[in-house]
Amino acid sequence: MFSSVSEAAEAVRELGAAGTAVRPVGSGSRAGWGGGAAGTPLSTAGLNRIVEHNPGDFTAVLEAGVPLAVAQKQFASAGQWLALDPSPGGTIGGLVATADSGPARHRYGGVRDLVIGVTLVLSDGTVARSGGRVIKNVAGYDLGKLFTGSYGTLGLIAEVAVRLHPLPAGTATAVAGFSDPSALARAAADLARRPLEALHVDAAWRAGAGRLLVRFGGVTAGSQASSVASFLGQADVVADDEALWDAQRAGQRCADGAVLKVSGRPTDLDRVLRAADAVGGSVVARAALGLAWITVPDPALVKQVREALAPRAVTVLDGGDRVPDAWPDVDPGAAAVMRRVKARFDPARIFRPGAFVGGI
Amino acid sequence: MGKDGIEAARRDLVDALRRVVGADRTFTHPHELRTYESDGLLQYRALPRVAVLPGTAAEVRDVVRLCAEAEVPWVARGAGSGLSGGALPVADGVLVALTRLNRILEIDLDNARVCVEPGVTNAAVSAAVGPDFFYPPDPSSQVVCSIGGNVAENSGGAHCFKYGFTTNYVTGLEVVLTDGEVVRLGGEELDAPGYDLLGAFVGSEGTLGVTTKIWLRVVPSPEAVRTLVAFFDSTHAAGEAVSEIVRAGVVPGAIEMMDAVTIDAAEQMAHAGYPVGRGAALLVELDGAADECEALFQEVVKTCERCGSDDVRVSRDEAERALFWKTRKAAFPAMGRVSPNYFVQDGVIPRTQLPEVLERIDALASEYGLTVANVFHAGDGNLHPLVCYDGRVPGEAEKAEELAGAILQVCLDAGGSITGEHGVGVDKRKHMSKMFADADLDAFQRLRCAFDPAGLANPGKVMPTPRLCGEVPGPYRQHPLEASGLAERF
Repeated sequence: MFSSVSEAAEAVRELGAAGTAVRPVGSGSRAGWGGGAAGTPLSTAGLNRIVEHNPGDFTAVLEAGVPLAVAQKQFASAGQWLALDPSPGGTIGGLVATADSGPARHRYGGVRDLVIGVTLVLSDGTVARSGGRVIKNVAGYDLGKLFTGSYGTLGLIAEVAVRLHPLPAGTATAVAGFSDPSALARAAADLARRPLEALHVDAAWRAGAGRLLVRFGGVTAGSQASSVASFLGQADVVADDEALWDAQRAGQRCADGAVLKVSGRPTDLDRVLRAADAVGGSVVARAALGLAWITVPDPALVKQVREALAPRAVTVLDGGDRVPDAWPDVDPGAAAVMRRVKARFDPARIFRPGAFVGGI
Repeated sequence: MGKDGIEAARRDLVDALRRVVGADRTFTHPHELRTYESDGLLQYRALPRVAVLPGTAAEVRDVVRLCAEAEVPWVARGAGSGLSGGALPVADGVLVALTRLNRILEIDLDNARVCVEPGVTNAAVSAAVGPDFFYPPDPSSQVVCSIGGNVAENSGGAHCFKYGFTTNYVTGLEVVLTDGEVVRLGGEELDAPGYDLLGAFVGSEGTLGVTTKIWLRVVPSPEAVRTLVAFFDSTHAAGEAVSEIVRAGVVPGAIEMMDAVTIDAAEQMAHAGYPVGRGAALLVELDGAADECEALFQEVVKTCERCGSDDVRVSRDEAERALFWKTRKAAFPAMGRVSPNYFVQDGVIPRTQLPEVLERIDALASEYGLTVANVFHAGDGNLHPLVCYDGRVPGEAEKAEELAGAILQVCLDAGGSITGEHGVGVDKRKHMSKMFADADLDAFQRLRCAFDPAGLANPGKVMPTPRLCGEVPGPYRQHPLEASGLAERF
């Protein structure tokens, strides 16, 4: 257990010298994602300080072990938030490592778009920083993006600098029900072409029926939601809408089955909904982004879903530790570069060896 | 390939290049090469050994392969409008100009994607998907600068406070690596599994490879746009207004500030009827849903007045909005009327530090006896001080450059960055060690070595001192630059 970046560096250096395989762990909320959990746990629990919160600059610096909920509470006291709303649980470091996201992805982008700087600990004990503490900065390479979604396989993310956003003044959500996947997909496509500034545009689907949810924020959130509701027809406007979105986030997790993440296109939505129906699954989708999370009763169903959605990439998140092929194949050329990246950043090969795409 | 093979490849390189791209697209005469001796930053000049103008992705790949076989460095160039010397040729190397790769390959508005070749101009993307969609990153040079160059530099622009930068809009790349391999990073979809090599590549200033295809995300055009210009007695008061606007939770599409010197110069050029002698002008643009935009816009007008503006002008139509922007975008060229020469600096500070930083810049300007005009993207703290000098006065250019460097140190002392959008290139290499520790630079080098172990792509850029890639793991092999005595292993 270490409680500072320099202590972390010393611990990692020793483990690297000994060739001991490690896995960085935050709160363990997403431990089974994308494959196994082998290796000695490297806990960030002692890296739990909010190093800086600069309300006037809309930035903050957080140690990796800070729970997202704790950070959000601090930011909210200044009317701000880190525009990341994945399912509950998780630390900053863990969320950067898994690049998880929730409905807010639609408006604010993903983790990669909100991280402005990182402090990394590499397997030889090197402490390296990339980026900075300002929103706009193009000095040096963007290692923050390289480490975002790297699942702890390149090194330890010790500290993260983030961009913050103002909390929306008010919210309201338009909700429309559908029993035909094509009709839902068409409605989502029509909405995506309109000049809306929605906060979230999600779809939810289970057993041949579902809904489209469009959330607005701001001083005129209610009237914006009403105008979308009349555009959709047969739609309701929900002013007290937090529970709707909590349900969407919860739909991205599954304790006993598996969650398959689809990296698709908006025009795949129809196909995704039908593929889920075919295997008795349910769907939460970022309808305008092409991302979808299919919950299935058994992780082994990933094969069938991959066949139905080929050539789209399908990754097993929850349940990934119960299948041999949690990761899909990646472009062979890109995979070769990824192997070289791994060799350069983790020459000791101690960070979750073999646990990433292509056996990296 | 053995030493003799490399020698032979080097000797035959120009002929081999002619066979790939054609004799009429291969230039070796000094007069022809002058075109490529610098980019938008004219103080650095070098002639390449040869310049080529490939017309297809396959030709680019073949050119890169020939360079790999001959172990000759190369530099990719787009429109040459960069401001950090990023496209400065390597003497004795190959300059690969991508201007002929200027086709828009696919427009897929159902998925809000456009696929372009690197030589397509930034403005052409919005033109191709308009009026219902647009491409948000908007560097001031957008009518000439290329998307390939935007990817290399992670270009921003006036609207990036709200909309983000190039890196937030590139979803996929086809890249030719320095060994001639062609790889696909990302694609039309988001969240490709694996390392985000795409995110690492954007902004890598041509040092990791060259793009031949780029997938971009476009967004629906906003329903409404409202624009105002407010005049203040001082930059301090205008800065206060910016802080108030942002603190209230408003995220304008753009907030641009100009100081007294800049206002007067830009007005002489754009003739927008701006009053002379005012301390600062603030251009604020809100866009989005019509009702929301209107409600917030009234708030912004009130905030400007509350912070001391006695002259707030709201654009009545698109023509007037265009005039406001024309004045802002005239700021750089207009300085040519005020001063025979000037350096454009590009630094970033945390926005709240603005008053102190401007005071320090003023003090430095007095100390050096030079004029500094300030124009900046106020929302994200990206400053563009224009350091004016007279190149005919002996020593003044050097003094101006020193002042420009001192201004960067002020930005760093305030917790900022040495570049917000122009890139490091060759111009800011010497400042990298002020911002990053050796261990940080070493980590950057690890990435570079993973992509380009031979160090052939745009060498001598970004890093303060040339570094080589050790082998991992495997037997030691002497690097060609070592053999020639040009570099040592670190």
